[in-house]
Amino acid sequence: MLDDTDRRILRHLLAEPGVPSAELASRAGVTPATCWRRLERMTEAGVIRGQQAVIDWRKLGYAVEVSLRFTLDKTDPRAFDDFLDAARGVPEVLGIETFLGRVDARLNVIARDMAHWQDIYRRKILTLPHIAEIEALMLVSTIRETEGLPV
Amino acid sequence: MTGDMIDLDDTDRAFLRALAQDATLSAGALGRRFGLSQPAAWRRVRRMEEAGVLAGRRVVVDRAALGFGVTVFLGIKLATRGRVSLEDFERAVTAIPEVQVVQHVLGLFDYRLRVVARDIADFERVLRRRIMTLPGVGNVEANVLLTEERRPGPLGAAETVVKA
Repeated sequence: MLDDTDRRILRHLLAEPGVPSAELASRAGVTPATCWRRLERMTEAGVIRGQQAVIDWRKLGYAVEVSLRFTLDKTDPRAFDDFLDAARGVPEVLGIETFLGRVDARLNVIARDMAHWQDIYRRKILTLPHIAEIEALMLVSTIRETEGLPV
Repeated sequence: MTGDMIDLDDTDRAFLRALAQDATLSAGALGRRFGLSQPAAWRRVRRMEEAGVLAGRRVVVDRAALGFGVTVFLGIKLATRGRVSLEDFERAVTAIPEVQVVQHVLGLFDYRLRVVARDIADFERVLRRRIMTLPGVGNVEANVLLTEERRPGPLGAAETVVKA
């Protein structure tokens, strides 16, 4: 499993994912070769699954971001699968989550402006199958967003 | 919403789709995949970085393998709006190491939080000692994350992007 060195490297990497590898090694107090070997090993073990580019959708003209919370009609056993399949077909959906709680599923949806939002909402969201209830939370600002873990 | 936006062509969008899957792809690798020279691919990546479209990276880890088996989303309604400053709440909540995401929202709640914990008992500790004691906290709703999936977003070749 992971030792303290692995955790230290991971903590620094998660805190600042874009950091150059030599800088990451020096922050974690190991040689670049050790750092590289440890990262390779954690990737092979599946602890590190990958690195993804973050796209700033506002810079591409998508000014509106809404978190839609759904309660589904679970009298139909296919409710979850049908809903998730249909949601995957909406290009403006950036993320799909399912929950244990009052909310069954959440979609993170972007739009260019309120007129575009209304169009997406009416034509692509309200037509998703098995919806019992919808609540919308409109994003004002993101104060913090990190994959950092207190490892 | 025009102004500082950049115009993307199909190749740019293909680059974004590829990098959103694997941010470690080099300009050489991108060029080979999409039929461009290394310098031409590098210039495209650089342009999207400078425009802020490519806004850094995220490292995806297996949280459960690292001992964090539980992720919970909290909806928080502040109790005494106007009397507690949003700044005080935000300063206190961002100091909690288990809180990964803090979003100010409009709707049923004032804030959305993403919280990681080792297990349900550990989550209860974070909730009671850290969250419920935040300045101004009123109603709190918790939903335990079961599955999550990121989608590529509107990057299809047919998708037209608003021009500046």
